[in-house]
Amino acid sequence: MTDQSLELREVPGPSALGGGTRRALELLYVIAVNDFKQTYFGTALGYLWSLARPLLTFGVLLAVFTHVFHFAAKVPHYPVFLLFNVVLFGFFQESTMIAVGSIVGHEAVVRKTQFPRLVIPMAVVATAVFNLALNLVVAFVFVLAFGIAPSWTWFGLIPVLLALFVFTAAVSMLVSALYPRFRDVSLIWSVLALALFYATPVLYPLSLVSSNLLRNVIALNPLTPVLTLAQRWITEPSTPWPGSAALGGPVRLAISILIYAAVCALAVWIFRREAPRIAEEL
Amino acid sequence: MSDRSPTIVDGLDEPTHSLREAPQPHGPVVIEARGINKTFRIPEHKVDTLKERAVHPLTRIEHRELHALRDVSFNIHRGEFFGIVGRNGSGKSTLLKIMASIYRADSGRVRMAGRVAPFIELGVGVNPELTARENAVLNGVMMGLTRREAQRRLGAVIDFAELHEFADLKLKNYSSGMMVRFAFAVMVQADADIMLIDEVLAVGDAAFAQKCMDVFHARRAAGKTIVLVTHDMATVQSMCHRAMLLEEGEVSYIGEPDATALRYYRLNFAGTRPRIDEREPMVDFNAKVLSATLRDRSGAAVDNVEQGAPITIDVELEAVRGLEGPNFAFHVRGDDGQVVFAFSTSLEDRVPAGGHMRLRGTIENRLVPGRYYLDCWVRQTESQTVVAVQGLRLLAFVVYGTAPREGVVTVAAEVEASIVSPAAAEETAP
Repeated sequence: MTDQSLELREVPGPSALGGGTRRALELLYVIAVNDFKQTYFGTALGYLWSLARPLLTFGVLLAVFTHVFHFAAKVPHYPVFLLFNVVLFGFFQESTMIAVGSIVGHEAVVRKTQFPRLVIPMAVVATAVFNLALNLVVAFVFVLAFGIAPSWTWFGLIPVLLALFVFTAAVSMLVSALYPRFRDVSLIWSVLALALFYATPVLYPLSLVSSNLLRNVIALNPLTPVLTLAQRWITEPSTPWPGSAALGGPVRLAISILIYAAVCALAVWIFRREAPRIAEEL
Repeated sequence: MSDRSPTIVDGLDEPTHSLREAPQPHGPVVIEARGINKTFRIPEHKVDTLKERAVHPLTRIEHRELHALRDVSFNIHRGEFFGIVGRNGSGKSTLLKIMASIYRADSGRVRMAGRVAPFIELGVGVNPELTARENAVLNGVMMGLTRREAQRRLGAVIDFAELHEFADLKLKNYSSGMMVRFAFAVMVQADADIMLIDEVLAVGDAAFAQKCMDVFHARRAAGKTIVLVTHDMATVQSMCHRAMLLEEGEVSYIGEPDATALRYYRLNFAGTRPRIDEREPMVDFNAKVLSATLRDRSGAAVDNVEQGAPITIDVELEAVRGLEGPNFAFHVRGDDGQVVFAFSTSLEDRVPAGGHMRLRGTIENRLVPGRYYLDCWVRQTESQTVVAVQGLRLLAFVVYGTAPREGVVTVAAEVEASIVSPAAAEETAP
């Protein structure tokens, strides 16, 4: 032992990143890779299964909304619009729904090792990111099949995905930290996530909402600009900036960005506050 | 027994050090705990839904406070093997978890120097869906190694666990014995300066326990600091340099392991009466027990005896029928039912039905620590050929003490060792 290592240091106590950031990142990587391997090489059909769900959802929704509601006539490139939204919103939904119970599910490591708490929901999000990446590959195959020419605006998807990732991570942190204390969070969240699905322009573009009140509410949803921009940059490269009208006007866009920031801040605050006590709540 | 040097235990006042080197000279302090307090608030009525919170936002939630630790302070020096003992609920595991950054202390502070690895339970964080290799890396990273370090130690882990053929098998297909071996091997790979261990030794068979011991010996020899929470006083006495006894969250004693172990035994056995085993129901056809008391040297009634202290019994029986010169044969049995020794006495005269008999006396106590029963067989010769025998269970007691539990009894022995051949050098010199 060197003299430096003999220096007494205060025991850090349990926390979101207990044991250092480097260790937390290494853990995150190893766990996410293992989860991923387990999903894709653990079952006979592996990857096909995880692809089946968004594609099936997409197929059903496409049939309903083109043949029952005739959206295809009103929205240009409706199938591509729908596919992208289903894949992107699916990522958000999958992450947050699995994240809710994740810390309780890893009770043993939380109660019996010095485990950085944040790694648990983040590993869920990371696994969902792998999924998203593979789904996007399939989505782009469809995009080309539907006859949309590749465009430089596709690169605009990168910051949009980043924003989606940050928001998803924040909500995952929030619900996973609250669940050990309040066991009805999983029920509440499953209802909220469903409501959010309809309150996000997944099935329809914001411009098609006829009720003013509803349009205002939907415009405040932080996921609205994310999905709208993504869709715009893929399908309409000629008009990359949708203009504030498509997003509900500058004021509502600003409020929606504020809500986005507030959710992230709340998530960090609550997670940091709960992390030291989670082991005792389980 | 085979590889240990023979020790002759001679009372408790002279603790034996043969299993241990001389106490560790005090190195620099590597763990410093000051005034640790920890209270668990247990709600009387658990509010664990947001709905309840929302419906009754102003209701104060009644809490029962459980003081797990009160003002606990101690120092542990570098290279020390430090034991923490105490009864269930004494707070020892909570203390370890605070040291391991799993719980947060309410007040006070713990400071440590060097890399810390906690071992609270064997096989925590092992994923049964992954292979041994993948799990070893995962656990290595959990222990604070980098991925590269964990990869490098993979071979050593598989070697140690003796699982070469099964390295690529998913752990869910492992037998429980293989699992234990693997989990321990994984645990040991973390080369920490300070190891915090909570009774992981309790699992596995004797051979495995020996292997664990060897590892801890090696770590101790390498100057690592080890903190062990345990119930097993044999381990404390054979491995620890010092030990701390916790009693209801407070430090009751810190010092020599033998002294700590003795205090632990006193705490456990001095105040409680072991239940008399009901396995063999006995019929009262000769006599029945009115009272059976164990006494110490001063004549006070006790429930258990300290090792080496003479056992005084005081028994009163009632004759159920008239007994003609009854004989009383006493058996002292171990926990396994084996008779350790026996003695007897008898009455010359006739005892009428309903008459009371008293049996009193003192027995030399050479019993090793453990649980014992005192039975009494009341015999009466009916005729030349018929003997009516009735067994009565008089007492159940524990002999407590710190001597190793080897064999059944301890005896005085004077054995000297000397070399006979070849003869000493100067005598054969020309």
